[in-house]
Amino acid sequence: METMNLLQAIHEGLAEEMRSDESVMVLGEDVGRAGGVFRVTQGLQEEFGAARVMDTPLAESLIVGSAIGLSVNGMRPVAEIQFADFIPPAFDQIVNEAAKFHYRSNGDWNCPITIRAPYGVVPGGALYHSQSIEAWFCNTPGLKVVAPTFPADAKAMIKSSIRDPNPVLFLEHKRTYRLIKEEVPDEDHEVPLGEARVHREGADITVVAYGLMLYTALEVAEKLSEEHGIQTEVVEPRTLYPLDKETILDSAKKTGKVLVVSEANLTGSFSGEIAAIVAHEAFEWLDGPVMRLGAPDVPAAAFARPMMDYFMPSAKEIEAAMLELARY
Amino acid sequence: MAIRETSAGHEALGLDEDDLRRMHYYMLLARRVDERSWILNRQGKAAFVISCQGQEAAQVGAAYNLLPGNDFLYPYYRDSGMTLLLGQTPRDQFLSLLGKKEDPNSGGRQMPGHYSSRRLNIVTSSAPVGIQYPQAAGTALAYRIRGEDGVVLVCGGEASTSGGDWHEAMNFAGIHDLPLVFLVENNVYAISVHAEFQVAGSIAKRAEGYGFPGHEVDGNDVLAVYEVARDAFGRARAGEGPTLIEAKTYRITAHSSDDDDRRYREREEIEEWRQKDPIVRFEKYLMENDILDESERDEISERIKAEVAEASKYAEGASFADPEDVLSGVYAEA
Repeated sequence: METMNLLQAIHEGLAEEMRSDESVMVLGEDVGRAGGVFRVTQGLQEEFGAARVMDTPLAESLIVGSAIGLSVNGMRPVAEIQFADFIPPAFDQIVNEAAKFHYRSNGDWNCPITIRAPYGVVPGGALYHSQSIEAWFCNTPGLKVVAPTFPADAKAMIKSSIRDPNPVLFLEHKRTYRLIKEEVPDEDHEVPLGEARVHREGADITVVAYGLMLYTALEVAEKLSEEHGIQTEVVEPRTLYPLDKETILDSAKKTGKVLVVSEANLTGSFSGEIAAIVAHEAFEWLDGPVMRLGAPDVPAAAFARPMMDYFMPSAKEIEAAMLELARY
Repeated sequence: MAIRETSAGHEALGLDEDDLRRMHYYMLLARRVDERSWILNRQGKAAFVISCQGQEAAQVGAAYNLLPGNDFLYPYYRDSGMTLLLGQTPRDQFLSLLGKKEDPNSGGRQMPGHYSSRRLNIVTSSAPVGIQYPQAAGTALAYRIRGEDGVVLVCGGEASTSGGDWHEAMNFAGIHDLPLVFLVENNVYAISVHAEFQVAGSIAKRAEGYGFPGHEVDGNDVLAVYEVARDAFGRARAGEGPTLIEAKTYRITAHSSDDDDRRYREREEIEEWRQKDPIVRFEKYLMENDILDESERDEISERIKAEVAEASKYAEGASFADPEDVLSGVYAEA
């Protein structure tokens, strides 16, 4: 067991897969010599060479498109989009190509690629290094969208993503890269895609959250337990699409009260889908409204710190929402 | 840049009479399958047709250089001349046209012309124009990484060079000397828009800017296309990098069965190009060189006619997939 943060855990997962499988490779902007702007791929080019850790031109459609073509010819590429905000030029390749390869060829072809993309609000990130883009992709059959938050999960899930025969969009919240450290198993610890995780059990209310908001929700849950005796169950989807509905519904049926928190712009966010599933499929167990908390419907997120902070759902707002829900 | 035409006879190109007969057969087969497809459309049996007519020489001439099983093809939706040459059958084409369960491209999920065969290294294709180029570059890169001698042929019409994907792939291919042959079948029209409003300057000349050769070739001359593609495949296989080929040809039919081309082009123009029909032209060459005579030609034509009729009949009688099959196969199983 080694203690590591999210960055190190993803790095370790990549390195282990590259050591055990020669077809695994990394490509993207600045991933090679520089080791990535966040240092996730640091040292990989030295160990595996410039061909398997390839600096690409600054062209996102090419990065994902060539990853698709590499997978056609026996490789298992991990393409990095430097910031999720820059993924739109690759949208066509992801949504119209990678996600449809298997279905449109009636199972003849598949597309085993992983696309890593750092997302989420970070100080100084401003309008083009901050966005939560998951909702754009959680409406695309054939694609898997994962967003692990804790280091041990992230290491296991980057490995599961690489081994998966389908295209996987692997989202990493930038502000959680160095936020916490935890013990990460050395052995081939596996977390299958498509399984949610219950971080904290509780009988009173359920909070569903991921990314930075998950950490905040866990802190607030402790506070409410100490100060009010309210026991919160915190569920992290880990895989957003396809969603592990059962784990979320089980918790909803247990507590009867559900709050979904993310930092995405609220309207059309994936929180809406989770809320709809709970409202429909756990209706008879509910004791209060299914609540959502997200960012206001303005671009994420202003450069100046006071505006950025105002944009983000705060611990205080999350606490207020949880208390409101608990009182039903 | 002068348009390259056949400068040498077939012998100088290393082609024997069997090669020529084979090329002729597949060009004519593609034409006849296409013609039959329009009839099925007019009979109300086929919902949609997209044609290869006029482009058979460019397709067969280029694809004749592919080593089956060793190389990859990224076709575009008119390339039935290529997919037939590689081993898809007229039955396959009609099963796809009619959306039947046995359609090898997609099991009735995709429009006709969206080719796919893992067995034949024909990579599954789609409708967004030009999207295949970065993928083809990636497939070529895998050969480069592993030090293998495979070549990738990627095709599109002239309008596919207008979007970013083509340029991104050209740039990447140039940077890494990828074993990639770009074939642009310039058939003058993108649905209704004339190449004059689609293409600035010369497509072929753009290759120079990306650091590799580009050639214009008479796309209605199968031997000329074969020759320039043979050199391109040779370069790629030797690790010398990519080549761009712009085959100048013409789309004889409307864009598709849903298009009425009388809205945007004169009948006289089509008639002019019919005089330059690549199949008629090749048959003239074959007859002048005593490789084919009238009776042999008629015999081949009859054989193809029977083959096409049988294939069409089979596909018309074939079953659709079960309706609930629409729900299956979204994800590959581990």
